[in-house]
Amino acid sequence: MELGVPDIVKWFDFANKKIQHHKDYLSALDRPIGDGDHGINMARGCKEAINKIMTKNYAEPSEVIKDVAMALLAKVGGASGPLYGTAFLKMSMAVKGYEVLSLSTLANGMEAALAGLKQRGKSDIGEKTLIDVWSPMGDYISTGEISSDGLIELARDALETSKDTMATKGRAAYFKEKSIGHIDPGSASSFYIFEALAEVIKEKE
Amino acid sequence: MKKIINDPNQVVQDMIDGLIVANSKHLKQVPDTFVVARKDAPINGKVALVSGGGSGHEPAHAGYIGKGMLDAAVCGEVFTSPTPDQVFEAIKAVDGGAGVFLVIKNYTGDIMNFEMAAELAEAEGIQVETVIVNDDVAVEDSSFTTGRRGIAGTVFVHKIAGAKAERGASLNEVKAVAEKVVANVRSMGMALTPCTVPAAGEPSFELAEDEMEIGMGIHGEPGINRGSIATADEIATTLTEKVLSDRDFSGDVAVLVNGLGATPEMELYIMNKKVHELLAAKGINVYKTFVGEYMTSLEMAGCSITILQLDDELKELLDAESIAPAFRM
Repeated sequence: MELGVPDIVKWFDFANKKIQHHKDYLSALDRPIGDGDHGINMARGCKEAINKIMTKNYAEPSEVIKDVAMALLAKVGGASGPLYGTAFLKMSMAVKGYEVLSLSTLANGMEAALAGLKQRGKSDIGEKTLIDVWSPMGDYISTGEISSDGLIELARDALETSKDTMATKGRAAYFKEKSIGHIDPGSASSFYIFEALAEVIKEKE
Repeated sequence: MKKIINDPNQVVQDMIDGLIVANSKHLKQVPDTFVVARKDAPINGKVALVSGGGSGHEPAHAGYIGKGMLDAAVCGEVFTSPTPDQVFEAIKAVDGGAGVFLVIKNYTGDIMNFEMAAELAEAEGIQVETVIVNDDVAVEDSSFTTGRRGIAGTVFVHKIAGAKAERGASLNEVKAVAEKVVANVRSMGMALTPCTVPAAGEPSFELAEDEMEIGMGIHGEPGINRGSIATADEIATTLTEKVLSDRDFSGDVAVLVNGLGATPEMELYIMNKKVHELLAAKGINVYKTFVGEYMTSLEMAGCSITILQLDDELKELLDAESIAPAFRM
């Protein structure tokens, strides 16, 4: 399996549609343990990213990913903007120079993105942040044998596990034990991003 | 939702436009950004101060721009940290060659966005230093958590570090005095009613008619306890004692009784009376008192108490001239 420019554009197109569709749900998730604006912020940033990449021609996937990163960085705000911005920026740097992304190149991109998330958020897996979804996704992709169903299933599991975790980073951390049982909004938006990736992969299976 | 706005998605731009025309002699907007700056910026050879954060806390932070305080403020969306590109634009707009000092409130988003901006600026050869304000004693101070939030005490950092920079201090000297303020300032707040972010359209939490929440943050983050509404004296006692128990205050202090947006000045003065009595009973002398709206939370009803331990240096800098619209001295 290989992902070219049209596939990567499609990935973000699908992800944007999901974020727009679930905008109110993401904000609702953010209300009990955050400040209730995750959906609004992500929808604003993703719309900007899509507007940018839909009107341009690209030579390689890294350029698409970089434009998405810069749009999210500039338009999302909050903590999610620099986190997603950093993740995709690091991913684009790691896959630079490839006209199509093989699974192992994508895995390198995921690894770089994850390292960026940890560094930017001074965080690690198990702190009820989006890292709880990105980390198992990266591990799975790096196995070299993936299926779209496997990807979605694993993303869903990661989201569920994160739900039962106590937050120690981000705004939800102020709620301590009370954060347990709530889905982390950043993990939920990450779930949609990987669900979108799975759908792109499914079309190629 | 009942608000005097035109479009929930345009509130920040509309507010900045109104602020600029009200202060056209001293303030300007950096074109195509949500950055407000001193009209005379950049000032050659002076360390420039930049702060900012989500909007909705007016007059913080743009109201504190002016000779003697900030050089620029970056206005994020309501309750949302400004983005790195915006902060970077602010840094570039005010850099006068002596470096830029960033005053950041301790919120995950603010720290990440300002740090990314600092990295971008350093890559362009601009010297940047930062201070993180974390004065809210309602939050447990632990290395295993995000730590204490930055609230009204931030205004004292703006004032004192701003005065220091105005006197020609170096970037390191400005950082040192800002850190001194952070080490000596403590705050605690409480809320009676929630507030509504315009774009969200509904309150972010609920408080019953007869309830209050002690220790609530300026975005409605949870406090220490939620209970029945108490008298002003009881509220002032709870807040002041918590602040005093966190640090040993003695000698001269500055007091800031801050309204969160919908609390009348009358109630703030009632609070202030009790705060002064409590401090006098402990032999602490109030050198200066500030009562009013300094760090609000949209239309939230409630208040916060801030106490700053003073020494000779901090007194002198606190007393220094400022022409910022929301803090004239």
